[in-house]
Amino acid sequence: MKIAIASGKGGTGKTTLSTNLASYLSEKETVVLTDVDVEEPNSGLFIKGELVYEEDKFKMVPQWVEDKCTFCGICQKVCNFHAVIQLGKMIMVFPQLCHGCYACSELCPESALPMIPKKMGILRYYKNHQLHFTESRLDIGEEQAVPLIRQTKDYINNTFSEDAIRIYDSPPGTSCPVIEATKDTDFIILVTEPTPFGLHDLQLAVETMKELKKQFGVVINRDGIGNSNVTDYCKAENIPLLAKIPNDRRIAELYSQGKLIYKDIPEFRQELDKIIAYIKTLKINRQA
Amino acid sequence: MKEIVVISGKGGTGKTSLTASFAYLGGKDVIVADCDVDAADMHLLLEPDFEEQEDFYSGELAYIIQDQCIRCGKCLEVCRFGAIKNLFNTYQVDPLACEGCGYCARICPTNAIINKKPVAGKWFISNIKTGSIMVHAKLGIGADNSGKLVAKVKNEAKEIAEDEFKDFVIVDGSPGIGCPVVSSLSGASFVLMVTEPSVSGLHDLKRLYELIKKFGLKAGCIINKSDINQQITDEIETFLKEENILHIANLPYNEDFTKAMTVGQTIIEFSNGNLKKQITSAWEIIKNELK
Ligand code: SF4
Ligand code: SF4
Ligand code: SF4
Ligand code: SF4
Repeated sequence: MKIAIASGKGGTGKTTLSTNLASYLSEKETVVLTDVDVEEPNSGLFIKGELVYEEDKFKMVPQWVEDKCTFCGICQKVCNFHAVIQLGKMIMVFPQLCHGCYACSELCPESALPMIPKKMGILRYYKNHQLHFTESRLDIGEEQAVPLIRQTKDYINNTFSEDAIRIYDSPPGTSCPVIEATKDTDFIILVTEPTPFGLHDLQLAVETMKELKKQFGVVINRDGIGNSNVTDYCKAENIPLLAKIPNDRRIAELYSQGKLIYKDIPEFRQELDKIIAYIKTLKINRQA
Repeated sequence: MKEIVVISGKGGTGKTSLTASFAYLGGKDVIVADCDVDAADMHLLLEPDFEEQEDFYSGELAYIIQDQCIRCGKCLEVCRFGAIKNLFNTYQVDPLACEGCGYCARICPTNAIINKKPVAGKWFISNIKTGSIMVHAKLGIGADNSGKLVAKVKNEAKEIAEDEFKDFVIVDGSPGIGCPVVSSLSGASFVLMVTEPSVSGLHDLKRLYELIKKFGLKAGCIINKSDINQQITDEIETFLKEENILHIANLPYNEDFTKAMTVGQTIIEFSNGNLKKQITSAWEIIKNELK
């Protein structure tokens, strides 16, 4: 079972939900939580565990070998991302712009642009009893999240058994990173707030999920603020509303201290129970 | 003309509400650019009329003309993104996986692959209720290169500001530290960071500032919901001092942020209390800093 927790925009409580849900579930079963919001990975601030493994992550970029080059200009011509540029008697590579497509490298007639690894971030894996937590962090100055998300998911697929429940804290938005993060998950929980901003961003996220043909449900965070338009929208669109987390200053305070919430606030835990109950029905459907 | 970029690392800090409030205070002098193109929300507060709109094309997408394909499989072999699939003995491109690198088209022996320019989004020029103009956009689903759309929106706003001799462009920046935010930041006269006192707020602020430092930009900071966690507010203030970042204001937790948004107003229109005063003086401080 692979579940992604996403939202049209950051700051809606996505990380709060991911970390609490994962911790709570791990009291009873093995859970693999992964923070693939690689630009701003925050889950680790709430999950305490023992560091088990750490690894630099690389992407492949071309490196120019001057003495082999005949300055034919092919590399510059074939790079759609302007990541290789010929300046007089020099070929310059801009690794931040490179998507790693290998076109320049493989089409260079002189093999003067071999691909070499360049560090783009770091992956860390922590363990706390039955909770396995992995996060990847993009280096400052690196502009592309997608390759790191992809490699992080590969790591999870190769490291953990399919039986454990997997939760992905996804990047916000509707562009490539979130698509990469949610691509092969079974179910997506969209977290939103009951405000006009929340509704607008939710609608964008729903469009994206429909485009990806994904099963999804909604969790309303800070219920009580704003208005009822998000609830009405979910009803009208037949979108399952899994839970409503109340607006509560205590939650905001615990969050600000980097603490898990379900341990102290029973109302919050009840809402997690509702989500878990829903997830379990999905599991049965799948096996049937 | 000065360019103020408002960013927050992560959403939910009140960045858009504050940006809209400054736009309201600045009135005709301020051109607004909503560069949070992934989740553009400014239009919910500033009543744009979508007067002009244009499609935004970005990147390329491979497309296979089946009649010309001899099913040699070379395209599938070279594609590093798993975007070409062999389905029932035909070759197909998965548009959501294709990065538009164009490699497959270059090596196809029968020229069966063409590159289409997909519509990546739309951008708009609108008159807004402040009496000024806003440039904003909507990104298509799964579109690549939101960084380019951000750059487009920003440049358009700057051109308008220059043509019309406006004093300021205020930019609601993108979240994260990746390509869109890099585009948001380039060329800024002043970066306003909006944060909140939580462990993640502080963490994101530091990460974001590292990026701002790389660009050598002048920065200031507003701590929103500053009374939620006094200890972290103190830590943030220390950090600001150490890094020589202008500390502009501490705004206590206030439901007016949400209430104003719910009725589609900026805080300046909605609130009459202290919050309005504080935001007004924050705006004066920022303007002063840019003199
Ligand atoms: S394609 Fe190879 S040989 Fe030609 S200019 Fe580029 S690096 Fe040099
Ligand atoms: S690998 Fe692809 S994206 Fe990178 S520089 Fe070469 S052609 Fe450009
Ligand atoms: S490379 Fe060209 S001819 Fe060969 S399978 Fe691909 S599209 Fe068809
Ligand atoms: S353009 Fe590049 S990413 Fe797209 S299908 Fe062709 S080789 Fe793959």
